[in-house]
Amino acid sequence: MSETNPLREEIQNAITENPVLLFMKGTPDQPMCGFSARTVAILQSVGKPFAAVDVLPDPRIRQELSALSNWPTVPQLFVNGELVGGCDIVTEMYESGELQQSLGAEAEEAPAPAPEVAQPESKPLSIEDLR
Amino acid sequence: MSAESAVATPEELKARIEAGIPGAAATVTGDGHHFNAVITASAFRGLSRIAQHRLVYEVFGAEIGGRIHALSIQTQVGEPA
Repeated sequence: MSETNPLREEIQNAITENPVLLFMKGTPDQPMCGFSARTVAILQSVGKPFAAVDVLPDPRIRQELSALSNWPTVPQLFVNGELVGGCDIVTEMYESGELQQSLGAEAEEAPAPAPEVAQPESKPLSIEDLR
Repeated sequence: MSAESAVATPEELKARIEAGIPGAAATVTGDGHHFNAVITASAFRGLSRIAQHRLVYEVFGAEIGGRIHALSIQTQVGEPA
């Protein structure tokens, strides 16, 4: 363990442990970038709980995330451990219904209740969690 | 290459995308920092969206997030030009 990269490992663990995980600038409550805000709004519209990691507090988070995912930009949405994409792809998939499908939103018999933006059911990660 | 040190332009991005991706035709708009690119390319055939977007990002490497602050991408599979 000592020879590996602890931060990258934490990021990988977060991706593995959270079925729907958004790396973003800011928080779902206070997105700090238009692309992150749009992605959060889409996820909230789908109505499935998601976890979020703010990459802004430490530039190393973004560096390690991009190295891990081979994706240069933030936001990045992971579903079941796989990179789905950034804002553009999430938007396209939402418009085509693929996103709802991949999040299991269509499988619900009744529409899922829209979660409170501030309190997603999954534990919201923060920089403190990653250290 | 000297143009690449100046502020990025939609024309530059269009030219580099079309030069860097086989069979690509791009429409690029932007203000020098935020850009939007709609790209049709034969090279996208059979690739996932993720892989298609990675092809575009690879054209610009570390400039994405730096000199090119933000690049929105829409990809479509196209016939060879």
